Amino acid sequence: MTEPLRAPLEIGFDYTRSLGPTLSQYMTALRGRRILGSRGADMRVHAPPFEYDPVTFDPPAGLVEVGPQGTVTSWSWMGRPLEGQPLPHPFGWALIRLDGADTAMLHAVDAGSAAAMRTGMRVRVRWAVSTAGDIRDIACFEPADGPATAANSEAAAHSEAAANSEAAANSEGADDSKGAADDSANAAEPVTMMTTPVRLHYEHTASAGESRFLHGLADGRLLGERCPACGMVYIPPRGACPTDGVPTAEEVELADTGTVATFCVVNVPYPGQRVAPPYVAAAILLDGADIPFQHLILGCEPDEVRMGMRVKAAWKPRADWGLTPENIDHFRPAGEPDAPYESYARHL
Amino acid sequence: MTDIAVIGFAQSPCVRAGESTTSGVEMLVPIFAEVLQSTGLAKGDIGFWCSGSSDYLAGRAFSFVQSVDAIGAFPPIMESHVEMDGAWALYEAWVKILTGEAEVALAYGFGKSSAGDLRRVLALQLDPYLLAPLWPDSVSIAALQARLGIDAGIWSEKDMAEVAARSRAAAASNPQAQLSGEISAEELLGRPYIADPLREHDCAPVGDGAAVVILAAGDRARELCERPAWITGFEHRIDSGALGARDLTTAPSAASAGCAALAGAAGGSAGAAGGAAGAASGAAGAGSSAGGSAAAGVDVAELHAPFTHQEILLRGALGLGDDVRINPSGGVLCGNPMFAAGLARIGMAAREIMSGRAGRALGHATSGPALQQNLVCVMEAQQRSPVKEAQ
Repeated sequence: MTEPLRAPLEIGFDYTRSLGPTLSQYMTALRGRRILGSRGADMRVHAPPFEYDPVTFDPPAGLVEVGPQGTVTSWSWMGRPLEGQPLPHPFGWALIRLDGADTAMLHAVDAGSAAAMRTGMRVRVRWAVSTAGDIRDIACFEPADGPATAANSEAAAHSEAAANSEAAANSEGADDSKGAADDSANAAEPVTMMTTPVRLHYEHTASAGESRFLHGLADGRLLGERCPACGMVYIPPRGACPTDGVPTAEEVELADTGTVATFCVVNVPYPGQRVAPPYVAAAILLDGADIPFQHLILGCEPDEVRMGMRVKAAWKPRADWGLTPENIDHFRPAGEPDAPYESYARHL
Repeated sequence: MTDIAVIGFAQSPCVRAGESTTSGVEMLVPIFAEVLQSTGLAKGDIGFWCSGSSDYLAGRAFSFVQSVDAIGAFPPIMESHVEMDGAWALYEAWVKILTGEAEVALAYGFGKSSAGDLRRVLALQLDPYLLAPLWPDSVSIAALQARLGIDAGIWSEKDMAEVAARSRAAAASNPQAQLSGEISAEELLGRPYIADPLREHDCAPVGDGAAVVILAAGDRARELCERPAWITGFEHRIDSGALGARDLTTAPSAASAGCAALAGAAGGSAGAAGGAAGAASGAAGAGSSAGGSAAAGVDVAELHAPFTHQEILLRGALGLGDDVRINPSGGVLCGNPMFAAGLARIGMAAREIMSGRAGRALGHATSGPALQQNLVCVMEAQQRSPVKEAQ
């Protein structure tokens, strides 16, 4: 049996979210190197703030400043940090109750070793060198009894500058003050949006049938599979016949000729497009198959393509073949009379 | 109210990295065949299908759609999906039967946890503003919870190792388990931390798998199964998404779901309205405050506890005493296929009743960080209202 093919699958997207009134204030304060919490109806201070009171469900009446020091209420040790985490070297994850707060926040503690971590330890915030109005403006926390880091000294300078720039909030000159607290272009504007980059890495596994199909393509063959129950031939093969739910085990080699079941003319350009529009993407019913196969139709004007048109695969030079459907560059008109409608009517 | 029972269950082997695709088809085809054969049902007899799975686990959008190939959905079927563990798909199937829109329903869950880096993938279930941007991994969050319980004296690293040792020994009788075998707690405690205070044995292994459960109503259930596992309580609850605002040494959502689900079992007559229902929930409340006797009469519980300390926490929250057999399957510490493992707990608990080994069984499923969401399904050998449900 063929070993299933595997390949890396990289997923990347940036989530952009609106913050809403409470988190907007929170993030705006972070940009200015201050941490806020919300006071609940029960007088407990939540930091980070709640958006709706867990008891009364009301929005917070107002936000109060907490920290910048706090107490570790629980911790664990991250010996081998993962991509995207706050520090590249080993660190402690901790729940930290900031001074003035009754709830804890989760963040990293740059403690050097697990031996330096303990429940009840005092920590202080270490600000990022530049702030943007994001939870990562807090670079991490550090033991409160240790020396201040370079980044924090700089942050302290920023805080002083912040006081100055707030005093001169509306003056053009504020932007010229050395090391403005807010690093965004317009510090007077509240932060209302945030963007979170997400990068995930997978190993995609093709099914056994898909793997045989891809190996076939590398030999210039088109391999489908037949359902033992209904006799339908699927290409590419699926894990199971979608009509009967049973594996399609019998391999069937198909011709590289077929009929255009339906098609569309692509007029819209997009990044990474292989062919300049306009061009035709078609559902091609290969001879002997019971399910259409997606591919391009080139070699004629788009307005010459029609349902029922007979087409033939145009393979790339053999030297360029791999384990991919791209071994077929496109389909081109076969120059035969059109197929009767009845021959593809069930595949529209 | 319609009486509904679990009448069939099947589970694929749990494997570290299977050859299945992320569509689950290869794992599902054999277990659909197994569960239909064991119940004598044909595909066309299933009035409603519901799946639980995750696109983030698969790394592609609408990954569950291709899983429908495993059913063979022709003629067209009535079908739904939850982006949750299959246990919540089972809940939807149960509601579907309650509404009268189906008499027999099938729920399934599948997950190829090995496709990506599970610890990072699970960070995306966290608060997207304050937590997810830091990429806290699932194991580290569980470790924070474990230490809170250790510091509070609720459990110890030794207690946790004993849970792991007992689970692996129990899994020796479960052919689908990923891990099993005899090992002492002392030996486990000699091993290094992977996320202080958690060692490898404290964490469920990463694995791929699928599970399926069939429900049937009233007379149909009796026709299809000699000893149906009648559902007498089925509840789910959720705790706050603000991790640092929760008391992580307990799980109020588990306690609440358990109390409500067990109230059905304790309440007796299901046909009684208002007053009797109020009395039943009152009794459950009293039971809870009396230190867990609400769960009296539960013979066996399958708990979805992906970390050893969470089993101890759940026993407390659900009021399960020392006389209750816990996880005779070995539990998810011996095989935790994401999005199938919770459903499999209910299936395993039901199997205890269907086989005659238990009179009352509790299946539990969890989701989210540090037991944030909890679902409890209580099943009994004795039907709640054996006659005249048409009234």
